[in-house]
Amino acid sequence: MFSDYSTAELVSIFAMQGFAGLILFSVFVLMALGLAIIFGQMGVINMAHGEFMILGAYVTYLISNLFSEYMPALFGIYFFIAMIAAFFTAGALGAFVEWAMIRHLYKRPLDTLLATWGLSLIMQQLYRTVFGAREVGVSLPDWLMGSIPMTDTIDIPINGLFVMGLTIVISVSVYLLMFKSRWGGQVRAVVQNRPMAGAVGINTEKSDRMTFALGCAIAGVAGSAFTMIGSTGPTAGQLYIVDTFLVVVFGGAQSLLGTIASAFTISQAQSTMEFFLSGSMAKVLTLLVVVGILMLRPQGLFALKIRH
Amino acid sequence: MSKTTLRAFMPRQDLISFVVLAVVIFIVMPLCTDIFRLNLIGKYLTYAFVAVGLVLCWGYGGILSLGQGVFFGLGGYCMAMFLKLEASTPEATKIQSTPGIPDFMDWNQLTELPWFWEPFHSLPFTIIAVLVVPTIFAYIIGVAMFKRRVGGVYFAIITQAIASILTILIIGQQGYTGGVNGITDLRTLLGWDIRTDSAKYVLYFVNGILLFACLLFAQFVRKSKLGRILLAMREREDRVRFSGYDVSNFKTFVFCMGAAFSAIGGAMFTLQVGFMSPSFVGIVPSIELVIFCAVGGRMSIIGAVYGTLLINWAKTTFSESFPELWLFAMGALFIGVVMAFPSGLAGLYQTHAKPWVDKALFKLLSQRESTNSNSPVTAD
Repeated sequence: MFSDYSTAELVSIFAMQGFAGLILFSVFVLMALGLAIIFGQMGVINMAHGEFMILGAYVTYLISNLFSEYMPALFGIYFFIAMIAAFFTAGALGAFVEWAMIRHLYKRPLDTLLATWGLSLIMQQLYRTVFGAREVGVSLPDWLMGSIPMTDTIDIPINGLFVMGLTIVISVSVYLLMFKSRWGGQVRAVVQNRPMAGAVGINTEKSDRMTFALGCAIAGVAGSAFTMIGSTGPTAGQLYIVDTFLVVVFGGAQSLLGTIASAFTISQAQSTMEFFLSGSMAKVLTLLVVVGILMLRPQGLFALKIRH
Repeated sequence: MSKTTLRAFMPRQDLISFVVLAVVIFIVMPLCTDIFRLNLIGKYLTYAFVAVGLVLCWGYGGILSLGQGVFFGLGGYCMAMFLKLEASTPEATKIQSTPGIPDFMDWNQLTELPWFWEPFHSLPFTIIAVLVVPTIFAYIIGVAMFKRRVGGVYFAIITQAIASILTILIIGQQGYTGGVNGITDLRTLLGWDIRTDSAKYVLYFVNGILLFACLLFAQFVRKSKLGRILLAMREREDRVRFSGYDVSNFKTFVFCMGAAFSAIGGAMFTLQVGFMSPSFVGIVPSIELVIFCAVGGRMSIIGAVYGTLLINWAKTTFSESFPELWLFAMGALFIGVVMAFPSGLAGLYQTHAKPWVDKALFKLLSQRESTNSNSPVTAD
């Protein structure tokens, strides 16, 4: 299938598809980071994670409308405010959900799956009632539009670059928060040995709530970033949830580095194959390979060595 | 079978609930509803096959599969392929550019029947395929996962991914599978028109009898030693393994059984509803099937049937009149079942209604006894 293209064409195909893959990678990482915290650290299966992401997207949509209506002069920077708002809205809802629902189910991880699926149905219908069934998009400020021409055949879109930069910033902050801060140490202590963590004076309930809220808040930011490259509809969250779970499981649930590595592998494989096969076949092949590898290596690529 | 083994297989309590269910399905429903509603109920009952399989897999074995829609769909598609071939005779499809192949293939510029469609000209092959294809598929998944001790949450996520893969595949390969519309416009089964009212009646009863066959098989598994091993495995898997049992074999068996049940349900669905589409294969229907089982009670095979009937009936009535509210209600139901009554309808009956029913029965019986014992006194 390569014989139809010249070498130069192939290089630019791979470069363009590689870049498209990098954007997909950013979306995966943003969604999967939140999930990796919730699922990997707490063992809770949050099927409503996609809906938290959509919440962030809708918050961004509202704020962009607000700015273009009342403060057109500041429209260039609305995105940063929207992201902060998305972070706190999704985080607050996450904390509430943890208090109302999840904390009763820590001993039954499979049941968290069903309960959060119910939550996701409710949230979807809520979005549909409030925002309508149609997809909505936000208008980007001028400085985010357009693209940088690298060569004659390769163009790099600026919004893609911005999303990638954002992903790096968020990944690094999550890493610092989880592995370098006092709070992250407490979270990891609670996850590894709950009674012992409680015995040394860590408030385990509070730690759980903050962890869950943080995971949801990151999903909110992901949704906010997502509006820059695609439109948002009530059911958009569901499209990503299986992929995201696979990313997290494939990378090894408890390893944040693994999550990033597997997001990279899956997104690159998918976007490179997408050019040569139809989109659906590329996805089928990628998922099949991931499932196949998971059958051989159930703990994922980067499993922590723990005795069970 | 001697009387004691029969009693062990079917205690009186279970016998009563089986009889009640039989009366409901075979007598009450056909008498009380018109053929349109009866056909709907028949459709709901095809989901009950899946729910019964899930009771054994999930309630007893502790394996939550979020991919039961895959097996339902495979069974349904096998049956649909046979019916479609029968409906696309060269005479019926003579306006196509290639007569004799299903219409959607013609629309997708296919000029001959794909090789894997060929054997579906024969009904015996189709019936075997309905049972065997999903079971083998389940066996491969089961062996690959359980031998590697993939369980619990990871198993659920992987089965979900498989459901997603199959849906994308079916939708993507439009020429071979009918794409997102599925296989539609099915007419006859060996020349017998399945769209007439009388055929719908017959199919409803066939469906009911097959469901009872599955229920009896499930009851057999539940009451046999296998059922106890499954329960033990769910509670303490490593202990069962240390006692010398090969846990993965038991898990694979019960998973395959659930798959076979689902496939029968899928095939009956195609026959009664007259089409099959990828919307019954993916993640959303698969999770809905789990909730049917959870509402009925994850430990009760009879409860699973009632749960399925109740939710689907509610879904139809609600979404006819309040389509907006239905998703809210469904979501609340998911949360409610998990949080408030994890053992479902069967559990509610056990804790609340059963003491009352038992008391009423006891009263009835003791009254009869007391009138019996009183009668000589009154004679005096």
